[in-house]
Amino acid sequence: MEGRFPERGLPYLLLLPSIAVIALFLLYPSAEALRLSLYELSPFTGQGRFVGLANFREVLSSEIYRRSLGVSLVFALGVVVLGLSLSLGIAVLASLPLRGAGVYRTVLLWPYALSPAVAGTIWALLFDPSTGPATVLLRGVTGASPNWMMSGGYALAVTVVAAAWKILGFNIVFFLAGLQAVPRDLQEAARVDGAGAGAVFWRVTFPILSPITFFLFVMNSLYAFFEVFGLIDVMTQGGPGGATEILVYRLYQDAFIATRWGIASAQSILLFVMVGALTLLQFRLAGRRVVYG
Amino acid sequence: MASRPAARWTPLLLHLLLAAATLVVVFPMLYAIQVSTLSFEDVFVFPPPLAPGPAFLENLGRAWEKVGLGRLLLNSGAIAVSVAAGKICLSVAAAFAFTYFRPFPGQTLGFVLILVTHMLPLPVRIVPTFQLMHDLGWVNSYQALTIPFFASATGTLLFRQFFLTIPPALADAARVDGAGPWRFLVRILLPLSVNNIAALFMVEFLYMWNEYLWPLIITTSDDMRVVQIGIKMLVATDAQAEWNIIMAGVVMAMVPPLLVLVVLQRSFVRSISLGHEK
Repeated sequence: MEGRFPERGLPYLLLLPSIAVIALFLLYPSAEALRLSLYELSPFTGQGRFVGLANFREVLSSEIYRRSLGVSLVFALGVVVLGLSLSLGIAVLASLPLRGAGVYRTVLLWPYALSPAVAGTIWALLFDPSTGPATVLLRGVTGASPNWMMSGGYALAVTVVAAAWKILGFNIVFFLAGLQAVPRDLQEAARVDGAGAGAVFWRVTFPILSPITFFLFVMNSLYAFFEVFGLIDVMTQGGPGGATEILVYRLYQDAFIATRWGIASAQSILLFVMVGALTLLQFRLAGRRVVYG
Repeated sequence: MASRPAARWTPLLLHLLLAAATLVVVFPMLYAIQVSTLSFEDVFVFPPPLAPGPAFLENLGRAWEKVGLGRLLLNSGAIAVSVAAGKICLSVAAAFAFTYFRPFPGQTLGFVLILVTHMLPLPVRIVPTFQLMHDLGWVNSYQALTIPFFASATGTLLFRQFFLTIPPALADAARVDGAGPWRFLVRILLPLSVNNIAALFMVEFLYMWNEYLWPLIITTSDDMRVVQIGIKMLVATDAQAEWNIIMAGVVMAMVPPLLVLVVLQRSFVRSISLGHEK
């Protein structure tokens, strides 16, 4: 009893499809990536020569890879900071008990439906060097009108804005769900005790939101590292001069343009280390520091 | 009493602020739609015309013939629906196994294996996965675009979480009435899970419709391409960007997922707040 069926074989049968897909298409290729990272491979014959950690040494000492790592970190930091701060601000506004605020809450999720490639294309249009509204606006404010496709720092900034915009709706929905869980009477009590709006937010609301903020921090980091390939490919192809060449773009170049599979697999393993670190961080921090009512 | 007028104005002010923020967020989409209706000369006029232009169908026709948009949309739709359906079936089955049977050897291992998928995104296994497709003879096939995506940690967790909130007495009552596990799953559990199924369908449809890197690598012929790659082809073919035609393609790439989102948004939002309630 206790809501459990007595069949013994059935649960295995039910798990079989998931486990089969995971074993064949995820675990086996991942283990294989680890093996390939220790070989120098000829893409034509498939013949390999064991080289130990030479691929890792080559990758980590390469100027191009180091630059790409730096670009990825700056890109991810930009997306996370911009994406989280804007969406938190908008979510706080949209969570206020205003009549008709539901309409805004609905519309604000829409950019979530778009792909990174589509978002990138639209932002390339907005920053079109001659007539893009964003370019015209910038020209009006700063007087200068640089071509973002010619200047490395500017190109990186524009791709960050496009990527942060695409994830905005997703962040807002989760912040709104979190804000609904904040007890109103707690905020009232703080207000009655003489706390200003800022103090109520930072001392009462924000601590309660911290698990959601942390969850979104991890999700946004993973997104900025792993899911924006299409955005970069459509907007800059990693240019100008490698200024927007994030790690996954570098990996794609080495794996499928240069077909250096040993080198590419070593990069895959390094990426796995980063995913692992982010995941562990999530598990470590999930328990403490973060309050949840 | 001095605060009275301020209090009356505050909601209006907040409305304006919120409307402005919302407009800024959706402006890029509206602008893309607007440009898709303009003729080529009007694209380079500033400020751009505020009223929709007359050229949407013409632009769409040009984009359609340039990259074979019809086939691309069909492919994207087919793989997005298949992957969403596959992930729902596999994760419902797995969650059912974890919650409605006596503890069995290997249960924890199975659970861990499914969670581990979160740590293995495509880039960490891209070369061997490509090689595997080659060895299976799956390069440039619908199998390659769908089956490797069928397992879902998100879905398994979502359904497991939901099943745990259902009183065990329900399953016991079904058993007393002579219903086996399949009957209980189909007749009772699935109808109760409609909201979560809709939410997961939305998330996974968007995920697969928007997938870019894997289709880029694994498809080699034009008739297997997906719409995301079509956007790239539209952008890349022009020396002088014909934004009106590119945006006609962009509109076609964003309308289907937007429709799915609008229809299922309520389920999605509800399943998020449920997930964080416990």
